[in-house]
Amino acid sequence: MDIQSGFFYLFSAVLLFSAFRVVTARNPVHAVLFLMLAFSQASGLWFLLNAEFLAITLVLVYLGAVMVLFLFVVMMLDINVDTLRAGFWKHFPLAATLGAVVAFEMAAVLMSGFRLSQAPQITADAAQVSNAQALGVLLYTEYLMPVQIAAAILLVAMIAAIALTLRERKDSKAIDPSIQVRVKARDRLEVVKLAATQPAPAPAVPAENAEEKK
Amino acid sequence: MMSVTLGHYLSIGAMLFALAVVGIFLNRKNLIVLLMAIELMLLAVNINFVAFSRYLGDMHGQVFVFFILTVAAAESAIGLAILVLLFRNKNSIDVQDLNSLKG
Amino acid sequence: MSATLNASTLLAVPLAPLVGSALAGIFGTRFGGNWIGRKLTHSLTILGVLVAFILSAITLKDVIAGARFNETLYTWMVVGGLKMEVGFMVDGLTAMMMCVVTFVSLMVHLYTIGYMEEDEGYNRFFAYISLFTFSMLMLVMSNNLLQLFFGWEAVGLVSYLLIGFWFNKPTAIFANMKAFLVNRVGDFGFILGIGLIAAYAGTLNYTEIFAKADELGGIAFPGMDWQLITVVCICLFIGAMGKSAQFPLHVWLPDSMEGPTPISALIHAATMVTAGIFMVARMSPLFELSDTALNFIMVIGSITALFMGFLGIIQNDIKRVVAYSTLSQLGYMTVALGASAYSVAVFHLMTHAFFKALLFLGAGSVIMGMHHNQDIRWMGGVRKYMPITWITSLLGSLALIGTPFFSGFYSKDSIIEAVHESHLAAAGFANFAVLAGVFVTAFYSFRMYFLVFHGKERYDQNPDAHHDDHGHGDHGHDHEPHESPWVVTVPLLLLAIPSVVIGYMTIEPMLYGEFFKDAIFVSDQHHVMHELAAAFHGPVAMALHAVSTAPFWLALAGVVVAWYMYLINPAVPAFFARVLRPLVVILENKYFMDWINENILARGARMLGTGLWKGGDRALIDGLIVNGSWKVVGWVSSVVRWFQSGYLYHYALVMILGILVLMTYFVWMAK
Repeated sequence: MDIQSGFFYLFSAVLLFSAFRVVTARNPVHAVLFLMLAFSQASGLWFLLNAEFLAITLVLVYLGAVMVLFLFVVMMLDINVDTLRAGFWKHFPLAATLGAVVAFEMAAVLMSGFRLSQAPQITADAAQVSNAQALGVLLYTEYLMPVQIAAAILLVAMIAAIALTLRERKDSKAIDPSIQVRVKARDRLEVVKLAATQPAPAPAVPAENAEEKK
Repeated sequence: MMSVTLGHYLSIGAMLFALAVVGIFLNRKNLIVLLMAIELMLLAVNINFVAFSRYLGDMHGQVFVFFILTVAAAESAIGLAILVLLFRNKNSIDVQDLNSLKG
Repeated sequence: MSATLNASTLLAVPLAPLVGSALAGIFGTRFGGNWIGRKLTHSLTILGVLVAFILSAITLKDVIAGARFNETLYTWMVVGGLKMEVGFMVDGLTAMMMCVVTFVSLMVHLYTIGYMEEDEGYNRFFAYISLFTFSMLMLVMSNNLLQLFFGWEAVGLVSYLLIGFWFNKPTAIFANMKAFLVNRVGDFGFILGIGLIAAYAGTLNYTEIFAKADELGGIAFPGMDWQLITVVCICLFIGAMGKSAQFPLHVWLPDSMEGPTPISALIHAATMVTAGIFMVARMSPLFELSDTALNFIMVIGSITALFMGFLGIIQNDIKRVVAYSTLSQLGYMTVALGASAYSVAVFHLMTHAFFKALLFLGAGSVIMGMHHNQDIRWMGGVRKYMPITWITSLLGSLALIGTPFFSGFYSKDSIIEAVHESHLAAAGFANFAVLAGVFVTAFYSFRMYFLVFHGKERYDQNPDAHHDDHGHGDHGHDHEPHESPWVVTVPLLLLAIPSVVIGYMTIEPMLYGEFFKDAIFVSDQHHVMHELAAAFHGPVAMALHAVSTAPFWLALAGVVVAWYMYLINPAVPAFFARVLRPLVVILENKYFMDWINENILARGARMLGTGLWKGGDRALIDGLIVNGSWKVVGWVSSVVRWFQSGYLYHYALVMILGILVLMTYFVWMAK
């Protein structure tokens, strides 16, 4: 066995183990951490497949951004784990069966579907360009439009996330201009009718007192 | 041992996908783990794509992975935003409280 | 060729009574405001029928001189290739029928002035009988099956209206429904026949059908080994069975005596019931092609002729006796049709119209005179009080039994001879039936005659006599009859004349002459008319020769036996009634036909209807299909609702299961 196969088996084993732990971890923070581990192993696998650009992208984007986001959210929410895990082991046999069926069917497809004349081998790259360059060539020519759309998707996702969760500051004194403009006179002013003259009130005793004090 | 073939990578992807499906089934009440299991599924698919791309010598598979990564990132962002909102309103992420759409 | 008759004249014949009917029916009744009174009503309608009669007589004269008419006046619809037309075909047969119908109708209109004098529905009655005249004329003058059917249904409708004229009487309502429904059964067969003709000949016009007759005769009925023409003829005859009251569809006619006597005379003796006979005679080119149908006709006719005669023997209601007599004579006409002696049948139709109408109107006169008692057991000796009625009824009865020189003799004996000469399989039974029928006819006719007009007066023995006031203020002895007014007796006299002489006058041209030459067709294999013609040496010779034939002696025997049993020795009938009790029970129950109809057929139909209503309509359609469909929808949605639990994890689970199913499908099925 050579180094590459060895690394493959190592990465695969850790990947599968951490994936298993993701779904069975009790503490959600642990689950997220195991997910991060899984992604890093996958990244390693991709390195082995000579897809180094994608591998680095995986690390940067997923591990660096998405998983961190997960961690933020998990730590922010006060989750009552017990109620969530109720009935976990009760359903485990059925779940295991389901998983086995899925895996088995996929294997069946694999075994029966790909009758190539010879198993595909890793061929030497014709142009010996780097992965990034090869990707770049395609992205900027054939897939130009999808790239723009992907950018638009990201923009929309960002705006949507902010719009969903934005809370207003309660102590802000900023005024919404549209409300200001829509104010009407009667919101601020009330005209009350009063008679121009009023009969003088009858002089009270204190007035006499006041005169006497003079 | 034998050399690593395409079949190996594909079986890794299959097992990873199966694990993720099991994860959904087991943790269907826990929204966060649900989202994580979805990420795992996407990862499995990505591995398949990259493996095929390498062994068949076609770069288009990797381009597709690129886009999958993009969309997955966007989707997890929005998913988590919804989760946060849900938590704000219900103070729990127990899906059993989320039955307003009951038919 | 021969001249053509004038279309306007012919059009005026049915339309004049129609106009009279419309005016009387609308303005003479409460419907139109009671504008015209009784005198004007009866004058208008009589005028209409008189015009029709005069024009019919003129037409007959022209037809005898050789004129014909066969044209379509108006095509009102064309469907596919089938034309629906209004047209007239006037030849000897039609002209004769037109004259008979209008004459008898005129007599009845005149008679009604006297008979229905005290009735509230006077104007309505005149409207109905004029409407009937219109319908019957449309029927006989038609040149296509559709117009014939229109007239057929219209006379059935007016018959219904008239039988139930006194609509507050439950028995009358029962009778009119019975008549209509039994007729409907016949009409069902008739429509099938018309439909088959329309399908195979592509036309409903007589001339076109007859042109294709030979071609139709060769077609086999699909799916059976019968000939098409046999099925067609039998279906058409079933219609005739309903309308002309042949066994087993005869049950409505005795009940139809619930209607006023004038209509019994008009409709149920002279005209409507003869429509079936007329139709078969008109369709003779078709019937000649099927021996099976002719045999069937003969058998049915013989059964009716004989067995209805038996029923006439035990009737106590004067009108019922005459009704069963009508049934029996219709049987005779049918037998003649079966023997391919169409002209003889139609000849008997004509003579019978006159003397039977006479007998009915005479019976009506007696009923009026007896203050609406109709039971002959409580009459007797009426001849002293109602001489004109007596003489005319005697003449009618003599004509009925076939006394030589009277008109009935010529027609009846011709039928008997024709059956004798026929070689059809049914001719043996028919021969026996018509001969036995002569004795029976004579017996019951003269039983009625003797019990009513002769013998001891039994008016005060009536246990059901009603003593209420009739409005006849001025009779001194209230139980003694008196002669009817002239409006009643004049029609009797006018009908008595043809009852006596018309047979003598017309037998030669009608049966052995050219009168029906182009109206009736007889094929060469049925040579009955040839043999009759060979044996005919003129009316006088025929009458004199009758003394040596069996019918004369049978009729005489019938008269003598009746005279003995009811005048000389009245204990004899009681003796026979006791000894032959089971037979009498069968006869009194009319062979249990009514019982079968009411308890088995009618009840069965009602049970079927109720069963279909409860089972089919309520349970199946309402319950299972209509209610069931919404219940199923509700049940399904209540099940599907479980999927909409609102819980995310349920949805996720369903998604996973869906993925599994899809994967399974793609792995195993789509290989």
